[in-house]
Amino acid sequence: MNGSAIAASGLRKAYKDKIVLDGIDLDVRAGTIFALLGPNGAGKTTTVNVLTTLLTPDAGKVVVAGHDVVTETKAVRAAIGVTGQFASVDDLLTGEENLLLMADLLHLPKAGRIAARLLDRFDLGEAAGKPAASYSGGMRRKLDLAMTLVGEPQIIFLDEPTTGLDPRSRRTMWEIIRELVASGTTIFLTTQYLEEADELADRIAVLDQGRLVAEGTADELKRRVPGSHVRLRFADRHALDVAAQVLHGSTMDAEELALRVPGDGGVRSLRALLDRLDAHSIDVEELSVHTPDLDDVFLALTGPQNKKVNAR
Amino acid sequence: MNVISDSATMLRRNFRHTMRNPLAMFNGIIMPIVLMFLMVYVLGDAFSVGVNYADYATPGLILTAICYGISPTAIAVNSDMTSGFINRLRVMSVSRSAVLNAHVIGTLLRGLVAIALIIGVAFLMGFRPSASFAQWLGVIGIVVLAVLAIGWLTVAFGLASKSPESAGLVGVPLMLLPFLSSAFVPADKMGPGARQFAEYQPFTSIIETLRGLLTGAPSTGSTITAIAWCVGIMLIGYFWARASFTKRA
Repeated sequence: MNGSAIAASGLRKAYKDKIVLDGIDLDVRAGTIFALLGPNGAGKTTTVNVLTTLLTPDAGKVVVAGHDVVTETKAVRAAIGVTGQFASVDDLLTGEENLLLMADLLHLPKAGRIAARLLDRFDLGEAAGKPAASYSGGMRRKLDLAMTLVGEPQIIFLDEPTTGLDPRSRRTMWEIIRELVASGTTIFLTTQYLEEADELADRIAVLDQGRLVAEGTADELKRRVPGSHVRLRFADRHALDVAAQVLHGSTMDAEELALRVPGDGGVRSLRALLDRLDAHSIDVEELSVHTPDLDDVFLALTGPQNKKVNAR
Repeated sequence: MNVISDSATMLRRNFRHTMRNPLAMFNGIIMPIVLMFLMVYVLGDAFSVGVNYADYATPGLILTAICYGISPTAIAVNSDMTSGFINRLRVMSVSRSAVLNAHVIGTLLRGLVAIALIIGVAFLMGFRPSASFAQWLGVIGIVVLAVLAIGWLTVAFGLASKSPESAGLVGVPLMLLPFLSSAFVPADKMGPGARQFAEYQPFTSIIETLRGLLTGAPSTGSTITAIAWCVGIMLIGYFWARASFTKRA
């Protein structure tokens, strides 16, 4: 399958007078992982709810799996699976019963075989007969995702799939997501972890206060922030002043006794830099090389507004 | 039809919930029985109702049992809505009717089990009904209608409540209503105000209908009133439930 799995244009949604989504355009290619990145309250869950037919947009057109989410709700629902932010498993049912419940509601023959295969695939075989209430956070997320996969959806929405998980469970979840895409599924993922988007996504969109402030591959986004640099810290003001005179184009942080020297961060330029410092007998207390990561992108793009949101 | 098979699937799930959380059902069985002991052995002799007090109180206790047994339904409906489980079902195109039907039918089955047990205990305590087979069928019919009415109302309450905790409280006013009816004391022995309330509130007509059927002397007037009340309450509960379901989910 090629082409768009999800296409949204001019998507708007407001609750009373509060604008949550203010004109969102999205295009997710089939068979790829798309990450919607944003701080808390940016509108990620609302976006997922509109794309998955749970909310009707106030304006804009959304096509998922080739069908309009407003007028062809049933066809969209038949093609998608959703794993929400809070694991929506039935706590009183066992893992196996949860999967069988999904299979029965989808009217699938051979429900037992489907459940057994998913339990095995997600390493939940041992816990299959225990109620979901006794599962750990990681197991619940796995069961939740397994329930979503019962209907073999073409497009899977994962709303913050690893929030609250320990590092090991998070990596397991990432593995599972990669396997899904390898088998041709499209994944729409929301996350507030930059590492997760960097690790998984083919394309990333940054959502802030209901608007997309950037979109591209991880590398494209990283290119949008100031380049890499070397940071030098000195023991005293004198050394800092001397170094600042020697190293042209550097910016000084007098309070920290630090100097920021632009450069590509490679070994060759680093050696040249150290040679120059040696030639002028300048002692450096501390040296660190910075290459921009998505954190820089995120903070640069959602900077001051983000602070306002968090302060609320 | 998908609605029927989905309702059956969801009912199976609710049945498992009841079996795994039997305490929830306990409240609906034990409390009315305790109340029955209190009424028949402790207080019964103080009321002169003209007949054997166990015979007099049993119909009221049947209704009390329904009211004590509904909290788990309200809590379960509300947890489905607040836990995000309902969103999963909606994305799977499971009809709202299937979800709500299953809760109401589950309530009905639980209620019937509780009522059967309570009638059993009543027999041990001297309850001697003189109803014919047809009248027993009438009793069952009225009980089913009453549970469906209260059940739909409960589902609507559960959907409208903000949290499972507040949903669990919906039973409280209903638990008090039998005391303000002819369940334990004839309405004409009550003080002014309470008497009028007791005479006209729905429970009294339902209880009088059951009492009439069980003693083999059914009264047409109260039967019609009781059926009208049950159908009315059921319709209100049903449409209210559907409306809040659409709004919430």
